[in-house]
Amino acid sequence: MLKARIIPALLLKDRSLVKTVKFKKFNYIGDPVNTCRIFNELEVDELVFLDIRASLNKREPQYEILQEIANECFMPVSYGGGIKTMAQAEKIFRTGFEKIMINSTAFTNPKFITEAAKSFGSQSVIVSVDVKKNIFDKYQVCSYSATKTENIRPEEWLKEVESLGAGEILLTSVDREGTWSGFDLDLIKMATSQLRIPLIAHGGGGSLQDISAVVKKGNASAVALGSMVVYQRKGFGVLVNFPENKVLQEIL
Amino acid sequence: MITIVNYGLGNLGSIFNMLRRIGIKSYITSDPEEIKKAEKIILPGVGHFDKGMQELMKSELKEILDYKALTEKIPILGICLGMQLMTKSSEEGDLQGLGWINAVTKKFAFENNNLKIPHMGWNLVSIVNKNVLIENDNSESRFYFVHSYYVKVSREENSFLKSEYGISFDSGIFRDNIFGIQFHPEKSHKFGMKLLKNFAELKIA
Repeated sequence: MLKARIIPALLLKDRSLVKTVKFKKFNYIGDPVNTCRIFNELEVDELVFLDIRASLNKREPQYEILQEIANECFMPVSYGGGIKTMAQAEKIFRTGFEKIMINSTAFTNPKFITEAAKSFGSQSVIVSVDVKKNIFDKYQVCSYSATKTENIRPEEWLKEVESLGAGEILLTSVDREGTWSGFDLDLIKMATSQLRIPLIAHGGGGSLQDISAVVKKGNASAVALGSMVVYQRKGFGVLVNFPENKVLQEIL
Repeated sequence: MITIVNYGLGNLGSIFNMLRRIGIKSYITSDPEEIKKAEKIILPGVGHFDKGMQELMKSELKEILDYKALTEKIPILGICLGMQLMTKSSEEGDLQGLGWINAVTKKFAFENNNLKIPHMGWNLVSIVNKNVLIENDNSESRFYFVHSYYVKVSREENSFLKSEYGISFDSGIFRDNIFGIQFHPEKSHKFGMKLLKNFAELKIA
């Protein structure tokens, strides 16, 4: 039977991979194409690439580097960052990416989700939703690399993007991202309890126990990992790694 | 040389990339003249069944493919929608399929909401009939699937792989020189490479 997918989520800043903490403090990780090759060897389930500056700097996806990445990926791979038009989406698919991720554009042009889902199939359209807590401890949806707060409650937004035709949701807890402190189970549970489409939980994964918990208790269909797969361990240097399939089979 | 048929649907770049990685020359084309000359064909595809059949009929590819598959009997591998098109019909659409294999394509329907549709992710296959595409060496092979419809053969002798998702379905079908697989070998690491290599090394009949 199908197991939850465990997905390295890699952050592109210009031509380099970086890792952040709570969407800040960029730490250089390495070359994206080389990292891709290592993840091939490690036989990861799937890869996610997010260009964390594209929408913020109002620029297009970096097609050239995406093509190099796609040439090296022998697993499913998704891309998010700066996608605004169908022509851009099509260009990404043509390089060999399976799925696109839409975040900021979902707010400026919600119909784009529907259009993309119709044309490319909803399984190829992921809506990425970033959530952080405000000073009153309430969840807020944000966009543009968490620099802008959107005036809609997360539960409403998730339902809306699902009804617009999203095939999958990447739900990121900004407060947990890069912290190794475990997934925000309350947030993930809230989301999975009302969604029919698969959810990828992201932000905070620091151990096998965290992964197991967000799948078993949070009902996530997939888990995205950042720090855990690019650092040796918390506070240590860069080491691209991935849990063995056997180990994952046991905890999932 | 493997000819990858481009009929407007699906991710052809990844198939080409993986074949290149394992040292196999391939050629992506939509030109009927080129396809007439093919020695070995991959029929890929992601998308709607009727749209797929329409595209094949529009460009006369259907007649050419029928001839290659049934008269010339060259090896043909259908992937995902490409496999479903090889069946007689699909619950996704109204058009008749290529009908090369006695099978139909049906929609997943689950009462249990825990099972999401599409069936998306890595899953295992079990070998139910000996086949040149996959070694029966008791090792576990896993493959990447994305599909909302599945294939059901009419005669078990046409199935070589089965997978489980709520129900047991046919993830690999065959008849003589014709093969269909539901999963994406081009996205399935060494497991997919092995299978594509076996297809590439198949002796031409």
